[in-house]
Amino acid sequence: MAMVKDSAERQVLDSKGIRRALKMMASDIVLKNPDLDRLAFVGILTRGVPLAERLAAHVKEQEGVDVPLGKLDITLYRDDVGLAYPNPVIKQTVLPFEVSGSVIILVDDVLYTGRTVRAALDALMDFGRPASIRLAVLIDRGLRELPVGADHVGKTIETTREEDVLVQLVEVEAKDRVIVTRIPGRDGGKEA
Amino acid sequence: MGSVPSHKPFRHRHLLGIEPLSREDIALILDTAVGMAEIGRRPIKKVPALRGKTVVNFFAEPSTRTKLSFEVAEKRLNADSLGLTASSSSVVKGESLVDTMKNVQAMSPDVVILRHSISGAPHLVSRHIDAAVINAGDGTHEHPTQALLDAYTIREKLGRIEGLRVLICGDIAHSRVARSNMLLLRKLGADVTVFGPMTMIPVGVEEAYDVKVHRGRLDDALGDKDVVMMLRIQKERLSGPLLPSNREYSMHFGLNLARLALTRPDALIMHPGPVNRGVEMDPEVADSDRSVILEQVENGVAVRMAVLYLLCHPAAEEAI
Repeated sequence: MAMVKDSAERQVLDSKGIRRALKMMASDIVLKNPDLDRLAFVGILTRGVPLAERLAAHVKEQEGVDVPLGKLDITLYRDDVGLAYPNPVIKQTVLPFEVSGSVIILVDDVLYTGRTVRAALDALMDFGRPASIRLAVLIDRGLRELPVGADHVGKTIETTREEDVLVQLVEVEAKDRVIVTRIPGRDGGKEA
Repeated sequence: MGSVPSHKPFRHRHLLGIEPLSREDIALILDTAVGMAEIGRRPIKKVPALRGKTVVNFFAEPSTRTKLSFEVAEKRLNADSLGLTASSSSVVKGESLVDTMKNVQAMSPDVVILRHSISGAPHLVSRHIDAAVINAGDGTHEHPTQALLDAYTIREKLGRIEGLRVLICGDIAHSRVARSNMLLLRKLGADVTVFGPMTMIPVGVEEAYDVKVHRGRLDDALGDKDVVMMLRIQKERLSGPLLPSNREYSMHFGLNLARLALTRPDALIMHPGPVNRGVEMDPEVADSDRSVILEQVENGVAVRMAVLYLLCHPAAEEAI
């Protein structure tokens, strides 16, 4: 579904914009979580992972600290398995640090209904008891269905349920950009 | 998140055998199993993916590994599982399989796992109930999850299946494990040779399954193989018309240390279990570091989790 061709497509961030947003988020994370020893980034597969890597690189640049990086597959915790996806392949969750006691920055590309975050919280709790979990998203597009909020946001945009927000990253696609497209003939319900 | 699925969706209602599966289906099951294996290494070995689903395990024939493995897989996915054995059910009172299954259907299970001594029993059942049916071994026909876990183990250990040379040794004619493995390994492009007493090699197996038959001594078949799969010799067939004795079988068709030395040092030694120690495989071989018998059992859980998950979450019809 990544490449939807539509005339109503609008770009909300270019590669420079994504870079600036992530740099700003990294500074914000360091400012609000000064205890860097306990910090860990966990990217939600698929696009949360490269974003978590980039945030960790910014923190390294700013503070000279290597923050551990994990990745989380939330498919088996979704409340809509089989509804929204053609059975997605289960990928491996890797959390190479002690979850109990850590301050986890959960990273995803888009915050939408809040259902992905709900699933991610359940998944993380099965690995231990973190001291706290914060949420970092590149885009907050509103339209929540659950009481979930982000602590670190790259850009907040207004969207409708008839739109799709696509975060394209060089690690996955050809270039860095964030676009909003119209969903042809279907309503949404797939984003985070 | 709009990740593009790299696999075709799984479109099967049941898992009755390897035969109806495509290469892509098999790859999807094995790839899904990789993610499932990780759950078994967590402090809390449970995910909610099958919450609220009911699974009936009907084993009308004895089983240790397969039954245990399915039960663990169901529990790890949070399904509610019910067990039924032939000896404790109304089967002993003369109820027919279809009647038993219609009554099981009345409990609205989502999945029925069936082990039966009659070939084709799961196929018959699948036509009479709404639940997804998983064949856990039917007579001398197929044992699909065993072949899938064998393939998973080979792929995990050797990194691929295509182009590998595999020897399957034992009672090919009566083995559902052999049948499922021949089908699966050929679909994935392995080179398969079968060997055993000529009374236990089905006539025309070369053409029917596109495999080679080794004629001669076991010693001469071992040197170039990447995988040596030994099959259990069913006791009821020993001393029968097909085989003279344990000792004779072991002498000609058993894997002992001397024969192990003829295999390549990186070749995998496999056995679906239960092992008749001293018959088809000597204890020193079964317990050696070349044998992956217990890894096969461990991988069975992940593979069965993958199958349960894929059958319980059919692909959405117009999936993006």
